[in-house]
Amino acid sequence: MTTAMAESAVGGSPPGAPARDTRRRTGRIRRIGLPYLLLLPALLLELLVHLVPMATGIVMSFKELTQFYIRDWGTAPWSGLDNYKVSVDFSAPVGQALLHSFLVTVGFTLLSVGLCWLIGTAAAVFMQDTFRGRGLLRALFLVPYALPVYAAVITWVFMFQHDNGLVNHVLHDQLGLTDKPSFWLLGDNSFVALLTVSVWKGWPFAFLIVMAGLQNIPKELYEAAALDGAGMWQQIRRITLPSLRPVNQVLILVLFLWTFNDFNTPYVLFGKTAPEAADLISVHIYQASFVTWNFGAGSAMSVLLLLFLLVVTGVYLVLTSRGRRTADV
Amino acid sequence: MSRSVKSPFAMSRSPMAPPRSFLWSRRIFLTLLTGFVLVPVYVMVSSSLKPLADVTGKFRWLPSGLTIRPYIDIWSTVPLAKYFVNSLIVAGAATVCSVVIAVFAAYAVSRYHFRGKRVFTVTVLSTQMFPGILFLLPLFLLYVNIGNATGIALFGSRGGLILTYLTFSLPFSIWMLIGYFDSVPRDLDEAALVDGCGPLGALFRVVVPAAIPGIVAVAVYAFMTAWGEVLFASVMTNDTTRTLAVGLQGYSTLTDVYWNQIMAASLVVSVPVVAGFLLLQRYLVAGLTAGAVK
Repeated sequence: MTTAMAESAVGGSPPGAPARDTRRRTGRIRRIGLPYLLLLPALLLELLVHLVPMATGIVMSFKELTQFYIRDWGTAPWSGLDNYKVSVDFSAPVGQALLHSFLVTVGFTLLSVGLCWLIGTAAAVFMQDTFRGRGLLRALFLVPYALPVYAAVITWVFMFQHDNGLVNHVLHDQLGLTDKPSFWLLGDNSFVALLTVSVWKGWPFAFLIVMAGLQNIPKELYEAAALDGAGMWQQIRRITLPSLRPVNQVLILVLFLWTFNDFNTPYVLFGKTAPEAADLISVHIYQASFVTWNFGAGSAMSVLLLLFLLVVTGVYLVLTSRGRRTADV
Repeated sequence: MSRSVKSPFAMSRSPMAPPRSFLWSRRIFLTLLTGFVLVPVYVMVSSSLKPLADVTGKFRWLPSGLTIRPYIDIWSTVPLAKYFVNSLIVAGAATVCSVVIAVFAAYAVSRYHFRGKRVFTVTVLSTQMFPGILFLLPLFLLYVNIGNATGIALFGSRGGLILTYLTFSLPFSIWMLIGYFDSVPRDLDEAALVDGCGPLGALFRVVVPAAIPGIVAVAVYAFMTAWGEVLFASVMTNDTTRTLAVGLQGYSTLTDVYWNQIMAASLVVSVPVVAGFLLLQRYLVAGLTAGAVK
């Protein structure tokens, strides 16, 4: 369908026009060259900011690229697969730390995406009908999403302070739930802190997308269900949630990739070196590269991370498209 | 405000009155959620109006005395105005560049068939899922090397930072705009071509005007992401090119953390984007829908 349309869209010489032949010829040249001409700036920039850096990154991962070679990395000696071997040698400190960081990231991502999805969906479903104050709430709910990451997260840093933070004040002084004020940005609690901030910041995106998805559900479905005597909860369970399936498939993949790759939140929350319990992979690689100045190892870890993401995305796409196909039949 | 917020979703679902259990669940859930959302916002606003003693001692819900001192001091404790300008230039330029380039690319993909189209779209889509850290290390080294070899200072310059911001804003813009252009009926630009417009005429006279909401959405989104970006800014800037993302760290010294000033500055840098977002969110939601919910 699109081919026919595109063909007719380009061959645009009006019938009976003078010098029809030459026009048609230039039209043909244009037809071949024009798309590439339009793409040229994008292609050049893609090359510059994505393809060349990626190729460089892969080359770097095979080099012994420590602080001595940073000024002229071309001269760094080749190290073959050493960087990869070190990264995946789980009995040695570097590999162990990477594996730990990877597992923390997976756990964190699953929890954060799950909670964001749950809260976002619940909020969207509850706000599907109009009620007083709905518009105001909707605008309010988008604020965490619109705030710049560093401004929002730095506020949470303040709230998590040991001596002068709101969280300890409420939990310890006001509610008496803890024996003594806790440290939130150090030790095991840091995972909870990170998760809280990530969910606070991330759920409105799920809310936005699900709300948009709800629009596409035909009203007649609800009317028919209501006529058949289905109550509100039944309508949500039998119509709303199943209808959201295609939306959810995209939403969850996007949330997963964003959360998994997130650097801004942990970096503002903890700084260059995150506590062990909240050592997300992006910060871990950053630390390996810019704090310990081992770019070779950092690149190898980046490539491994990329391979993992590609595999996960591929498997996810295959699974969901299979689900969709059987659902259609 | 409330009117523009309401309209895109102003639809009623069910003709029946909702049962009590539903109404109560809704009330409880939405109240809790509003609290969760608002507490940090309240902390930000109230702390920005507190004297320093209030924010260094035990947390207090209410300030002991209101002061606008932090809002005056923020500009002198760190060169906030300079960071503000830097952020504005970098985020603005990255937005303009990526949107303009993406308009051409998306038009080509949406309206023409050509060899390599699939490779191009798949590349664009996949670079969106790559972690920023993947591009940061090589770009850092490339900039250092180019600087050494040619004397062009990319590393630490605004231009270099703008270029790195294209790593995320360009693929996003292209991807969203393809979705948007696809939703503009082909008949419209075909008619323009028949009427004697060239392909560029059709693009700028028909397709772009019809897709303005989408283009606005993409621009807002690109600007927001660039405005909030921390990773590249923390590595690729120096004293003169530092953006807000890095500059806000300047309010904590070895001895003191000026929390009231940090909160005031956070509020000041947030207001423009939050206001812009809330004003334009109708377009943004429509744009995200066109891109994501297809």
